[in-house]
Amino acid sequence: MSLSFWLGILQQGFFFGIMVLGIYLTFRVLDYADLTVEGSFTLGAAVVSQAIVNGYNPLIGTLMAILAGAIAGTVTGLFHTKLKITPLLSGILTMTALYSINLRVMGGKANISLLRQDTLITYLQSWGLSKDAASLALGLFTITLLIFLLNYFLKTEIGLALRATGDNEQMIKSLGVNTDTAKIFGLAISNALVALAGAEVAQFNNFADVNMGIGMIVVGLASVIIGEVLYGLENFPGILISVVLGSVVYRLVIGVVLLFGLPATDLRLVSSLLVVLALASPRIKSRLKLTA
Amino acid sequence: MLIIKNLNKTFFPGEVNEKKALCNINYHFFKGDFVTIIGGNGAGKSTLLNCIAGVYIPDTGSVLLDDEDITNIPEYKRAGKIARVFQDPLKGTAASMTLEENLVMALKRGQKRSLRKAIKEKEVKLFRERLAVLGLGLENRLKDKVGLLSGGQRQALTLLMATLQKPDLLLLDEHTAALDPQTANKVMQLTDWLVQEFKLTTLMVTHNLEQAIKYGNKIIMMDRGSIILDLNGKEKKEITVTKLMERFARCSGNSITNDRMLLSKWANVS
Repeated sequence: MSLSFWLGILQQGFFFGIMVLGIYLTFRVLDYADLTVEGSFTLGAAVVSQAIVNGYNPLIGTLMAILAGAIAGTVTGLFHTKLKITPLLSGILTMTALYSINLRVMGGKANISLLRQDTLITYLQSWGLSKDAASLALGLFTITLLIFLLNYFLKTEIGLALRATGDNEQMIKSLGVNTDTAKIFGLAISNALVALAGAEVAQFNNFADVNMGIGMIVVGLASVIIGEVLYGLENFPGILISVVLGSVVYRLVIGVVLLFGLPATDLRLVSSLLVVLALASPRIKSRLKLTA
Repeated sequence: MLIIKNLNKTFFPGEVNEKKALCNINYHFFKGDFVTIIGGNGAGKSTLLNCIAGVYIPDTGSVLLDDEDITNIPEYKRAGKIARVFQDPLKGTAASMTLEENLVMALKRGQKRSLRKAIKEKEVKLFRERLAVLGLGLENRLKDKVGLLSGGQRQALTLLMATLQKPDLLLLDEHTAALDPQTANKVMQLTDWLVQEFKLTTLMVTHNLEQAIKYGNKIIMMDRGSIILDLNGKEKKEITVTKLMERFARCSGNSITNDRMLLSKWANVS
């Protein structure tokens, strides 16, 4: 396998790793299966692309994408906590609504090209880096910064309250935490990260597409589970690093599958099977032990 | 201190399975009271505790804590004044978090939480001191996940967490019922010690009549949503399990048919 193969694995692993950190936050920390992700990933891409095309600085555009993602997460949180809609349905409702909103953000077009536009990556290139090096640097920098920030945050007083909300809601309520606020806050941060991932992926691929978020929840879950299974770490920041590495391994699996000549359209089937396999692995293991 | 006025709570009103859980409860708890609450299943003991804690909002009536009407204040806003220990040892702690993380969350009970680092050297020292009192060796396991502890250890930890920052009111909802007799005894002794040490106003729901008699300065007996017996002072000191059961039969017009209360009677005979 060539150098460019490995480079591609790392670049994608890191960019999508940003999203995986967000999904980890809801799926594991808050114990909330949040489907908003599929919409907020595209939202991030749509916002940054439209901002760039309209002449905004790509950094400002990326920050706008983060903010948009946070708002999407907040909406899901409000659906769930204030209107008492189940977690799954709250996410689906926001995700569905976001499809229309994303199209509006993109000016009614299904995709926006960023070719020959200034992006965060072309900025780094202007410092003398190649496109590949600049992409890798951007992904690695974002991931490092996020792991550092999340590791700090999850050990603060508010961070502990958030983790306890996912672990034992009754207990942390009796200790005086408004768990509704905690959930909304967690969903906002999570979707902000997912939108950031969408924004960077759009700048990496040089386009935003209204359908680019489809299947992202499975990609994210696969990465989280692969990371957990492979590295078995439970403490911070170990687990955060694990899930990002899980994202890289996921890309590796996909890359190898493509090398074998499977068409790209089969990838979602492979992703789903991967998640099923990972989720079922404890059961399969115990079955094997029983028969052995 | 804690005043309960004309408290009523009905579940599923107007439905076939309508259940009047509390019928016009009036009671005045004084500062420093350690009241044990007994009664059969469905007597309304836990509902009363939950109305005080804010888990349920009563249909009518009011709850006053230190002259403040807290009837409609949400649970999380009462937490600064009220600490609770649940029956299920798994419910009072977060299993995936460490002992020190659980303790520091309890230390912040009812206070505003910030983006400051939660655990600092000062807290660790305090936790070591307090945990050492339990005599369970937990002071050396601050970085362990709480999920690794036994039920008894977790309940002892929960009690410690409830008293880490002195509450105005401590609510214990059958907090020893899920433990084996020996562990239950230990946790009960710890409870008594903490209540005395910090002069805590305490309400303890229990199914164990012997426990209800042995601890506290008052006994309330509930039946079908009403307080049917209220013993304190000399009367409380002189009561025995047998007499208590006779009084129950007379007051409610029923004999005690609750399995767990019966069992605790047999346990006393043997």
